[in-house]
Amino acid sequence: MRQLNPTLVEKRTNKKIIINHIAKSLFLAATLFALIVLAILLYRVCSDGIAFLNMDFITGKLSTDPEKAGIFGAIIGTLWLMLVVAPVTMVLGVATAIYLELYAKKGKLRDFIQMNIGNLAGVPSIVYGILGMTIFVRALQLGNVVLAGGLTMALLILPITIVASQEALRTVPSFMTEGSYGLGATKWQTIQNVILPIALPGILTGAILSLSRAIGETAPLVVIGIPALLIPIPGSIFDKFTVLPVQIYYWTLDSTMVREYANLAAATIIVLLIVLFLLNATAIFIRNKFEKTFD
Amino acid sequence: MSDKQFNVRELMKQETTLQRWKMKGEKMIPTLLFLFTSISILTTIGIIYILFSESVHFFREVPIWEFFSSTNLKPLSANPSFGVLPLLVGTFTATIIALIVAIPIGLMSAIYLSEYAPKKLRKVLKPALEVLAGIPTIVYGFFAFTFVTPMLKHIIPGLESTNILSPGIVMGVMIIPMIASLSEDAMNAVPTAVKDGALAMGATRLEVVTKIVIPGALSGIVASIVLATSRAIGETMIVTIASGSTKNFTFDVTQSMQTMTAYIVEVTGGDAPAGSTIYYSLYAVALTLFVFTLLMNILANYISKKWKAQYE
Repeated sequence: MRQLNPTLVEKRTNKKIIINHIAKSLFLAATLFALIVLAILLYRVCSDGIAFLNMDFITGKLSTDPEKAGIFGAIIGTLWLMLVVAPVTMVLGVATAIYLELYAKKGKLRDFIQMNIGNLAGVPSIVYGILGMTIFVRALQLGNVVLAGGLTMALLILPITIVASQEALRTVPSFMTEGSYGLGATKWQTIQNVILPIALPGILTGAILSLSRAIGETAPLVVIGIPALLIPIPGSIFDKFTVLPVQIYYWTLDSTMVREYANLAAATIIVLLIVLFLLNATAIFIRNKFEKTFD
Repeated sequence: MSDKQFNVRELMKQETTLQRWKMKGEKMIPTLLFLFTSISILTTIGIIYILFSESVHFFREVPIWEFFSSTNLKPLSANPSFGVLPLLVGTFTATIIALIVAIPIGLMSAIYLSEYAPKKLRKVLKPALEVLAGIPTIVYGFFAFTFVTPMLKHIIPGLESTNILSPGIVMGVMIIPMIASLSEDAMNAVPTAVKDGALAMGATRLEVVTKIVIPGALSGIVASIVLATSRAIGETMIVTIASGSTKNFTFDVTQSMQTMTAYIVEVTGGDAPAGSTIYYSLYAVALTLFVFTLLMNILANYISKKWKAQYE
């Protein structure tokens, strides 16, 4: 039998250690790659758009003249859209979450609904656009107005809102609910007075995050048929509208004809990213500030 | 005295009716909540019904076999032909390019975050990757069209100004966080005791990764890749902006190719009159897209449930 050769073992071990170190640097480089791309993206958008970003741009009306063009209409359009999306998705999302977590009996129906919600979350957004175009715009004859777009977006983000609300409801400890029942409260009283107040920060965080998804979403609205024309600033949910991402889309497409449109698109992206950043910061703030822990 | 007794009785009666009303209200609540819950089921039914019923109109005019076998897609020509193959090739070329970028980088990031990164660094890197996932796809589309394509033109002079390569790469960057984060969850689920056991026996971190972590987390890793594939197939804005609308049946990535999603955007934006074959073709394409993404999602679910390694 051969004996162990200490130098050979040492050699092999060293080799293994060196390979491990190389691999580690490679893995780190891969992780940084995505972040470097992110940095380049942000830098590019800022350097293209910052010169065009001023108060006139934010408060100005849409125009074909890049010197005069502003995005006030798109900002107001986004706000109107959210005015439809937020209440619809909140009511439906929280109600569904309460039903699934607190009322539905464990069984096939509940599993089926849960699986259905999971699958809906994976449906491409453009398919929701087709749903909205067929039902809200054409069948119900709403036309391509805020209400039609809002309902479509609400359905799109509904699965995310439901799942986030369910997770928030699950964090309510059982001793709180049992205490409430022990005092003679009914189920709904317990939900109203004990469960919802505790789960509220979690529900709000989830809702804000899913709203920020809706604010950045473009495809369903393009399918619903938001025209590239100049639309007057919407005054109600029955008016035609445009939103920030759709404006970015048309300006990017037309940048092959008018170069400054690329700058306008970049400036609009900055505004959009700032809005999303503020929403996310609010969500994180609510979560950290108001979420109760029961350890 | 008798007056007061009467009052109490009356009060009790009132109280019981109030209670009864409350109980009735309580009983109504589950029904009401179920009505709200049924909206999500109705959404699914609505999507499936619309896609099928409108596609039927399309397949009455264009035979199914022609739709799936013809390599010509010329909806606007005088003698129109509707073959979905150019769109399928466009979609899958873009998806494959995205996966070539995202799988190695996503997996290496997951390995770094779960096995190598010091805790403090991980706390910074993970949210930073999540920022990448939160950027709207239209922004990626802008980036692909105005930055990546011009940059690639320096390397590949023959590159068209709309091509499938650039949106494919950018789509890859977009799905990196998805693969990284879901795979990392799977890698973290491999028990520390097993990893530590291997380390104690003299294995290097890399050996632990290749021989314990990856085999143990394989179901989660594969599921994350399948989900990311589904995301890439359904992605719209990046390819619509950066790959143009040429219905090429080609495998040349330097050329413009149209994906299924981009076709839908083009048709709906082009004011196709309702009832025309072009209009119905959009439902047939959407149905194809829907079936592909649904199958991917079901597959991902199945993989992560059935294959899951059990540690006791």
